[in-house]
Amino acid sequence: MGNELPTINVALGQYSDLFMLLAAFVYAAAFIAFAWDMAKSSKLIREIEASTLAAETKVLVAAGVGKSTTVKSTPVGEELVNDSMDYVPASEKRMAAKIAVSLTWLGVLMHGFAVVSRAIAAGRVPWGNMYEFLSTGSFIVALVFVVVLLKKDLRFMGTFVIGLVTVMLCGATMGFPTPVAHLVPALQSYWLIIHVSIAVAASALFTISFAMNVLQLVQHARVDAIAAGKADKFPFMGVVPSAGALENFAYRINAVAFVMWTFTVMAGAIWAEAAWGRYWGWDTKEVWSFVIWVVYAGYLHARATGGWTGARSAWLSIIGYLCLVFNFTIVNIYFNGLHSYAGL
Amino acid sequence: MAKQDMKKDVAVPALGFVGMIRWAWAQLTSMRTALFLLLLLAVAAVPGSVFPQRAVNPEQVAAYLTNKPVLGEWLDRFQLFDVFSSAWFSAIYILLFISLIGCILPRIKKHAKALRTPPPRTPSRLNRLPENGTFKIQSATESGITDEQIVNDAAMLLKKRGYRVQARPEGAVPSVGAERGYSREIGNLLFHVSLVGILASVAVGGSFGYGGQRVLVEGETFVNSLVSYDSFKPGTWFNEESLIPYSVKLDKFNITFDRESTTHFGQPIDFTAEVETRRSPEAPTQKETIRVNHPLRINGADVYLVGNGYAPVVTVKDGEGNVAFSGPVVSVPQDGMYMSVLVIKAPDAKPDQLGFQGFLLPTAMTDETGFAISGDPNAINPQLQLNSFYGNLGLDDGNPQNVYVLDTDKLTKLNDRKLDSGGIVLGAGQTYELPDGKGSISFDGLKRFIGVDINYDPSKRPVAIFAGLALLGLAISLFTPRRRAWVKIKNSVDESGREERIIEYGLLARGEDPRLESEAKELRKLLEQQWPAVERAGV
Ligand code: HEM
Repeated sequence: MGNELPTINVALGQYSDLFMLLAAFVYAAAFIAFAWDMAKSSKLIREIEASTLAAETKVLVAAGVGKSTTVKSTPVGEELVNDSMDYVPASEKRMAAKIAVSLTWLGVLMHGFAVVSRAIAAGRVPWGNMYEFLSTGSFIVALVFVVVLLKKDLRFMGTFVIGLVTVMLCGATMGFPTPVAHLVPALQSYWLIIHVSIAVAASALFTISFAMNVLQLVQHARVDAIAAGKADKFPFMGVVPSAGALENFAYRINAVAFVMWTFTVMAGAIWAEAAWGRYWGWDTKEVWSFVIWVVYAGYLHARATGGWTGARSAWLSIIGYLCLVFNFTIVNIYFNGLHSYAGL
Repeated sequence: MAKQDMKKDVAVPALGFVGMIRWAWAQLTSMRTALFLLLLLAVAAVPGSVFPQRAVNPEQVAAYLTNKPVLGEWLDRFQLFDVFSSAWFSAIYILLFISLIGCILPRIKKHAKALRTPPPRTPSRLNRLPENGTFKIQSATESGITDEQIVNDAAMLLKKRGYRVQARPEGAVPSVGAERGYSREIGNLLFHVSLVGILASVAVGGSFGYGGQRVLVEGETFVNSLVSYDSFKPGTWFNEESLIPYSVKLDKFNITFDRESTTHFGQPIDFTAEVETRRSPEAPTQKETIRVNHPLRINGADVYLVGNGYAPVVTVKDGEGNVAFSGPVVSVPQDGMYMSVLVIKAPDAKPDQLGFQGFLLPTAMTDETGFAISGDPNAINPQLQLNSFYGNLGLDDGNPQNVYVLDTDKLTKLNDRKLDSGGIVLGAGQTYELPDGKGSISFDGLKRFIGVDINYDPSKRPVAIFAGLALLGLAISLFTPRRRAWVKIKNSVDESGREERIIEYGLLARGEDPRLESEAKELRKLLEQQWPAVERAGV
């Protein structure tokens, strides 16, 4: 009949479940380590400040009183992070961050094993229901994060990214536990592989740029406050690059993710044409994918529109991401439509 | 300029009519307006997911209107059940596309000109550029290489790296001007033009198409003509003559159910319809299949599998002993176990018309409370459970009637669980004699049926092409860096009277360009390969 389905390996599926849970615990530990690093960084920054202050004083003394110098014009934390987000020597001291990254790697390995073994157990790609969207999606987020970490010092985002991964994975294992099963006929298509994998990868990138845009806004507000002579309310933001650097980095990620999202929507249309007889029918999920696409198109436009760069376009990126999350959670769970494959 | 006037001078008419139009056009085609309309479009789409839409779920809209008549009527007045064809949604996207066209036309013109313009003139100080550098090479007398040669070689080198170049050997400081990334704007324009293409294809192509539905029982043949459709929805410019009379006969329909999983037992895992097709009445028959995700593509139309169920074959004999009805009856599945409802009408029965309604249970069982249920989606022990009626079926007054509904107004009950006669329970191959000599009904066998959507949409191909171009344009536009580069030769004489020759280069990014630094490094490497840097002569 041309459609032999593989047998399901129940035992392997149970191992997969176990490793998902273990990975969630390891991520939780990594999250704590990242948070600890942030707290410690505030102290480290103060120390560096104190030592540079001492150095400055020495220079001033040596240069003779009265002669004005501009020894230190760099903002606080410059020693720990720079705007191209490369690793800098001073950050070697961040023990907690190192532990956090190691734990994250451990989590990613276990998580990867869990995802792959689930795929093998089911004999198909592991994204056919809500549990799998969440568990595989969070794996991609974590994987992208650790891979970028190899080259760029994005540890300042660890608390956020790994926090989110932990929440997603816990959501999968506790909120939507689903045993391994075959796909319903509507999902038996190679478009499932293409459409959903690109959607998940794009979402992972949007997640990272979202985090950067949020930090950008916080950094912006903080720098403004400091410039206005107020106290530094978030000294840990010293390990975070400048608002401008965050904005540019987020833009680059968003651009890649936007192209992927465009492809996702188009692949979805091709699949819909094969499955439902029309390429676009304003099904709930299609409406939201469209809204997300338009909001991010607005974001890209804003970056080229006078008066809309900086904080304003960051807000658009954040709104786009909230739409993405809404589409993935509320729409999957509460809105009915043709895309009701959440397995609920 | 017009904007300035507006601010100073509140008396708009002073601009004149043409001025007004110009001003409005400038506003409409500005980036700010485009951004605003884009965001508005996103917001306007949201109600389309909140309220049921007529085009998608007409039944849900009807239900909404009955359940909440007052609110429903207001929502309807604002076209909230038809968001994507509403006046306000259309207004937004039409304005957006006018703005888009008004925006891209001048940009195409401008870029066409830019493509013919040489790279910008060499700045006098390259060290002001974000990436720049100098190195010293052998002087003209030492190496015998002329300035012109260097300029030409540098131009070749930049050209190989994708720059468009202009060699400028004349003057005191010979130089090369180079620019790359013109395709960025081409990609951007391609993207925006393709968006217009998609919209136009949807609007024009869609109106020549049609869509329809048909239920086909195993053994039945569908011939593509208007009368063969159970329901039919033509596009605005549809023409009946465009229906090509191909035919599709359903030979067999197979379903595979999950028999292993304890958690998903009985979940369908495959549907396959085996069909025999003819592309035209004269064409030879072909064996093909229709499956979920694999429609039958036939003469430009697409046939989709959208539903299936059982069609029990029954024979109804009337009071006079003649066959009043014989054939398969389509039943409508109610649950995953294919417990299905059906209605049988025998208008030809004499002396009284006969009607039946009830259930088909593919695998009849009784549950713990004594109710008859179906225990399996496959027909292991098929059973019909029916009530029967006689009298007037109400088919003769000419009003169209739903075949799935029995209008019992003018009928008298013959069989019912609550009557002495009881309900009719029929296993496969069994016959039941109706009370009072009204006739008989027999359950002769079981067939499967499929529901198909038949769709012809000529916009598909052009939309696909434009979408592909849009994606291509987008990628080109977002990932092509736009850069300018210059290389200069400076000949001079140092304090000791020695000839000096210095190569100076500089790069400038236009827009976001994270790789400018590595480009500068690469360029320096190539330049130094061409003309090795020398230490200060004589030191
Ligand atoms: C149908 C609505 C539109 C959509 C979906 C859309 C989408 C986009 C996207 C995704 C980009 C970024 C990618 C790229 O640079 O190619 C972009 C860029 C651009 N769009 Fe649009 N656009 C629309 C309408 C317009 C209109 C009406 C205008 C003119 C007023 C316009 C002018 C531009 C310009 C100038 C850029 C280049 C920005 C830059 O240099 O980065 N677009 N558009």
